[in-house]
Amino acid sequence: MVESSSPELEALKRGDEATFVDLIQRYHGPMLRLAMAYVRDHHIAEDVVQESWLTAIKSLHRFEGRSSLKTWIFGIVINLARARRRKESRLLTFTALLRRDDPDRPERTVDPSRFTAAGDWRAIPHQWENIPESTLLGREAMQRVQAAIEKLPPKHREVIVLRDVAELDAGPVSELLGISAENQRVRLHRARASVRKALEDYLG
Amino acid sequence: MKCREVVELMTDYLEGALSPQDRERFEQHIAGCDGCRAYLQQLRLTLRAMRSFEATPIPERVQKELVQAFRSWRLTGSP
Repeated sequence: MVESSSPELEALKRGDEATFVDLIQRYHGPMLRLAMAYVRDHHIAEDVVQESWLTAIKSLHRFEGRSSLKTWIFGIVINLARARRRKESRLLTFTALLRRDDPDRPERTVDPSRFTAAGDWRAIPHQWENIPESTLLGREAMQRVQAAIEKLPPKHREVIVLRDVAELDAGPVSELLGISAENQRVRLHRARASVRKALEDYLG
Repeated sequence: MKCREVVELMTDYLEGALSPQDRERFEQHIAGCDGCRAYLQQLRLTLRAMRSFEATPIPERVQKELVQAFRSWRLTGSP
């Protein structure tokens, strides 16, 4: 790809402090959630985010803008968070060892008992359109969503956090994780289905 | 297409990854199926919930330290 510097990147390289402050404020939330997809401890995740910015500053002169600034910085978070997780680790638990589930295999994501033998809905899912926003995006619902994301297998969790929480595009996410576009979609689909299910358990 | 299969195509649909023929069959099914339409809407609202996580603000101390590092990089070339 052609080197394409964004105005933001140019400003950073010039040492523009306002741009820097805007970035660290704007990305803090999603970077923290991304770090927490790897290291569960909030303080360690905060450390990872801070360390990521220090690494970014140090490497800024070498960054040519082949990916977007956001993708680049989130990639640094992934690398440091993974390294941190290895360091903190925790021996593999038996359940993890016994988990045979291949994260890239398409699986039925909806309970088969919800369909008739012919494959039609037995009872159709509820309309959520009339649920007030204060419930749909309320504290309880958001906690359910958060818990569902935390419970996902790590390979599904990283994809859904990058795509749906940090709002990166599909292409950069496949690239950051070194997976095919198709595997990215399979993981995303399975992850989204689990989170939807958790919300359905709450909202009906 | 059966509902059981349609629900498994929803991410591909939302991602624009279906072939034009599959997309058309998908949309035809959705147009006539209340259950699948409701399911798709649930997925969309699930995405909306994930996008509206409250952003944790950056702690003041961290911001100060990072700005300090940025300034020192500007002056000396290292944070």
